[in-house]
Amino acid sequence: MARMRRRKGVWGKYMVHLSVVLIVIVWTVPTFGILVSSFRGKDEISVSGWWTALTTSEHNVIGRAKSPSDAVEQDGKYVISGNLLSGKGYVTAFGVRIINPTEFKAGDTAELPGGGGTLTINRDGSYRLVSDTPFEGSTGRRIYYTAALPPSFTLANYEKVLTSEGIGQSFLNSLTVAVPATVIPILLAAYAAYALAWMRFPGRAVLLSVIVGLLVVPLQMSLIPLLKLYNGVGDFFGVPAKTYLGIWLAHTGFGLPLAIYLLRNYIAGLPNEIMESARVDGATDFEIFVRIVLPLSVPALASFAIFQFLWVWNDLLVAIVFLGNTEQQLVLTGRLRELLGSRGGDWEILTTSAFVSIMVPLAVFFSLQRYLVRGLLAGSVKGG
Amino acid sequence: MSELRLRDIRKSFGQIEVIKGVSLDIKPGEFVVFVGPSGCGKSTLLRLVAGLEEITSGTLEFDGEEVNELPPALRGIAMVFQSYALYPHMTVYNNMAFGMKLAKAKKEDIDKSVRDAAEVLQLTPYLNRLPKQLSGGQRQRVAIGRAIVRNPKVFLFDEPLSNLDAALRVSMRIEIAKLHERMSDVTMVYVTHDQVEAMTLADRIVVLRAGIVEQVGTPMELYETPDNLFVAGFIGSPAMNFVPCTIEGTGEAGVVRAEGGKPVHTHVAIPESTKGAKGTLGVRPEDLRLADGGEVIFGGTIDIVEKLGEVTLIYVKVGNHEEPVLAKLGGIVDVKRGATVELAASPENLHVFDQDGKAFARQRTTSH
Amino acid sequence: MGHLISAAVTIVLGVGLAAAYFYAANKILDIIWPPRGPAVQAARNQKISATIRPWLFLGPALLFLGLYLVYPVIDSIRLSFFGRDGVNFVGFSNYVWAANDQQFRESIFNNILWLIVVPAFSTAFGLVIAYLTDRIWWGNIAKSMVFMPMAISFIGASVIWKFIYDYRGEDSPQIGLLNAIVQLFGGTPQAWITVPFWNNFFLMVILVWIQTGFAMVILSAALRGVPEETIEAAVIDGAKGRHIFFYIMVPQIWPTIAVVWTTITITVLKVFDIVIAMTNGQWNTQVLANMMYDWMFRGGGDFGRGATIAVVIMLAVVPIMIWNIRRLNAEQAER
Repeated sequence: MARMRRRKGVWGKYMVHLSVVLIVIVWTVPTFGILVSSFRGKDEISVSGWWTALTTSEHNVIGRAKSPSDAVEQDGKYVISGNLLSGKGYVTAFGVRIINPTEFKAGDTAELPGGGGTLTINRDGSYRLVSDTPFEGSTGRRIYYTAALPPSFTLANYEKVLTSEGIGQSFLNSLTVAVPATVIPILLAAYAAYALAWMRFPGRAVLLSVIVGLLVVPLQMSLIPLLKLYNGVGDFFGVPAKTYLGIWLAHTGFGLPLAIYLLRNYIAGLPNEIMESARVDGATDFEIFVRIVLPLSVPALASFAIFQFLWVWNDLLVAIVFLGNTEQQLVLTGRLRELLGSRGGDWEILTTSAFVSIMVPLAVFFSLQRYLVRGLLAGSVKGG
Repeated sequence: MSELRLRDIRKSFGQIEVIKGVSLDIKPGEFVVFVGPSGCGKSTLLRLVAGLEEITSGTLEFDGEEVNELPPALRGIAMVFQSYALYPHMTVYNNMAFGMKLAKAKKEDIDKSVRDAAEVLQLTPYLNRLPKQLSGGQRQRVAIGRAIVRNPKVFLFDEPLSNLDAALRVSMRIEIAKLHERMSDVTMVYVTHDQVEAMTLADRIVVLRAGIVEQVGTPMELYETPDNLFVAGFIGSPAMNFVPCTIEGTGEAGVVRAEGGKPVHTHVAIPESTKGAKGTLGVRPEDLRLADGGEVIFGGTIDIVEKLGEVTLIYVKVGNHEEPVLAKLGGIVDVKRGATVELAASPENLHVFDQDGKAFARQRTTSH
Repeated sequence: MGHLISAAVTIVLGVGLAAAYFYAANKILDIIWPPRGPAVQAARNQKISATIRPWLFLGPALLFLGLYLVYPVIDSIRLSFFGRDGVNFVGFSNYVWAANDQQFRESIFNNILWLIVVPAFSTAFGLVIAYLTDRIWWGNIAKSMVFMPMAISFIGASVIWKFIYDYRGEDSPQIGLLNAIVQLFGGTPQAWITVPFWNNFFLMVILVWIQTGFAMVILSAALRGVPEETIEAAVIDGAKGRHIFFYIMVPQIWPTIAVVWTTITITVLKVFDIVIAMTNGQWNTQVLANMMYDWMFRGGGDFGRGATIAVVIMLAVVPIMIWNIRRLNAEQAER
């Protein structure tokens, strides 16, 4: 009896592995799709799904033989010969009439309709049109064939997108917005966080509650009043309302609650004894902050920086409202949206642009994931 | 009733072997305690018996049947964890009923079992409370109650009293002893690092060190005839004194001389071959007394005197030996720091260990 | 290029300025109330500085918070009672308009759908995936893959999924993955994002795809925090995997599940990028955030109506805000 109930072993584990594999596939396939598409030619994208590009697959192709002026005379007959393929792949079938493009196998010799001669196509793509009479017309004959072609990729899309579609400029714009918008909040938040964590003053608890409350205030509440304000300021000083300085300050303001919250939690968790012993040694609050707290807080600072950087880089709304829609000022996200509208049918542009826009966040993500995760966990898990 | 048999049990975690061949026979209804310093593998051994870890090699038998492959729920065991492991989101009632509910037992049966167990442990007033509303001692009783409900053949305890304060520990110890009396046909295996718990609760003690069994025996056997230095030093508090000695006389009643002392007779049988060799003399603090004319073992200067009222502890520096010898003298003894004293003990209370730490056979006295 | 340089200059200036401000402020404080010197005086001075100093540290941050968050909230509420320029007082007429506007009602309906579906599915998927990936040796790699969409912008994600939902005519080969799969199983391809009612769900899939990773990361940490011994006790009690999961693990991490759920809810209310990129509110997919953006810029901008919609969004957020603050205070009390 005891023998019959073997410990649950391999089968259960196997199922877990399988389910996770499926989940991972489902989650990565969408991104993978545009990656593959960005390397495909414009025509191919609009005709076949991207998954077909990955394997040697069969394609129905309409090719053209060389023109009759290339005919040569051999043994009293007129011959046009050449190769349909450019060195890759092989022909499996062909036809001479559009209604039956796979009538003949590779290597066969077909009778041309209308008695114009014969056509032989070999597996390697070489063909021979043979006729007793000279070929007529100025253009080469249409040949229908099915060929198995290996995956072919191109960098043309990237060239095009990076140089002429304004992506390059937008990339720089995004960078220009993101870096200061990440650095400035840190400066302000660090001091505030330290004050909230370790200094005593009336209203500390209330202030903390307010900041936690501000964490969830939707961006939408701030847009209209701030836009009015910026316009007003712009009119007053005679400067444009939509400047880089404006968006840097805006992102700082929006990012401060999270920055203060994350940093405060971290700083409050630093061991009390270190700071007290520094105080006994005669250090002032300022010195303690600069020499002890700040260096120890680097992990938390890093976490927030990555968070904020990604958030700003990926942001669309604030950029449109505070920086505008002009050609020179569009950030990557704005550019992408604009392309969706104006070049909606040009998938090769869209997929490539999308991939360019996500390259930086993905790079940041994969290299610094650990800090991002730590930032998320701070304060979200009890005791974490 | 369940007889446990461990045959050459080995357990490795990756490359590291933590249990190195343990064989034991545990009789049905016996209360066995695994004891040893931290890291000796006692908890691992318990978990192997429970089925929470897989045995790397060797066999484990319950009532003659090999259970290596059986999951814990089917072995007929119940376990009480060090941290009680109560389900924090369930009431006391539900904590105890959980296993039976999973097994889809009848409602009346569940109710009866739970209430019976609650009765035994005086938990009936708390059945509807959550664990966080209970004190440490009450939580531990709920953990025990949960185990009782399972009606197990083998009861496993993993350092259940370590999380309690000293006073609570004493009263819970008594409760567990009473539990064993009441459930005398249930085999109990108990793990602790506290040798007082081991000595008071066990029918037999298994002393473990670094994954090996050093000695198995009743508490008194371990106290009176420890097999080696380790067991001798582990059992008994304060620990036995160890002083290097030379073997001067062999035979049924060997003669040894402690460093800085005089030759003394013992009741230890020392083989001829070891004459002149070095060894270790062991004598428990409670067996030492101030010499009053009889055979002196050694003498020295008093380093520290601790008067506890009930006993007086004196730490004596003997010869070149670094460790002071501790003597536990009854009552209040008037001695001063710095005074020289001579210490004696009855020959039957002396232990002698060879160079490898193994004890020479001692004649056990029946009247001790 | 010029902007990049000015950005670099700003950063240097900013860091320098901030450091200078704090240093100078502290210095001045120390000059006016020297912390060293005769004991009584020094002690008194230190006390005074200690009362002032926190506000020096907090000052700049509070300024920004006040200007960029507090003031706008108040002003938005105010503006919702004014006309399109923000000048003429119109009382509640904006709210009346909203209540009667067909698009507004549609947005509310859709937002409710979003609020029910997205947090639930993201949290559920996140929980299950966290549980599964914690059990295999390559779990961290799998987690990375599921988490990755969080790094992508909403609009990038929209392009990705638009590609999947793409529809060509019935007779053409499909290049959208979904239609290709449908075709494979013998169905007819559809223009998914135009299908009434169901198209909302296709849009929601995108957000679930992104947010599941977030839920997974946090819930995985929570699951790891469940005391191992409660699980072992359950194993001894005869519990199998699914029993342990539902009866032992999940109940012990309820607080974290709630946090994840509410955080995703906030994101759902803010999301406008997905809708504006995929459908721009057409085919009955309009949501409040997108509608607000629309009114902000339509015909030169109607601030009154825009603000009204913003206020509605804010109202939805308030219960969560209160709950978060309560939680904070409870935690602080425990310290």
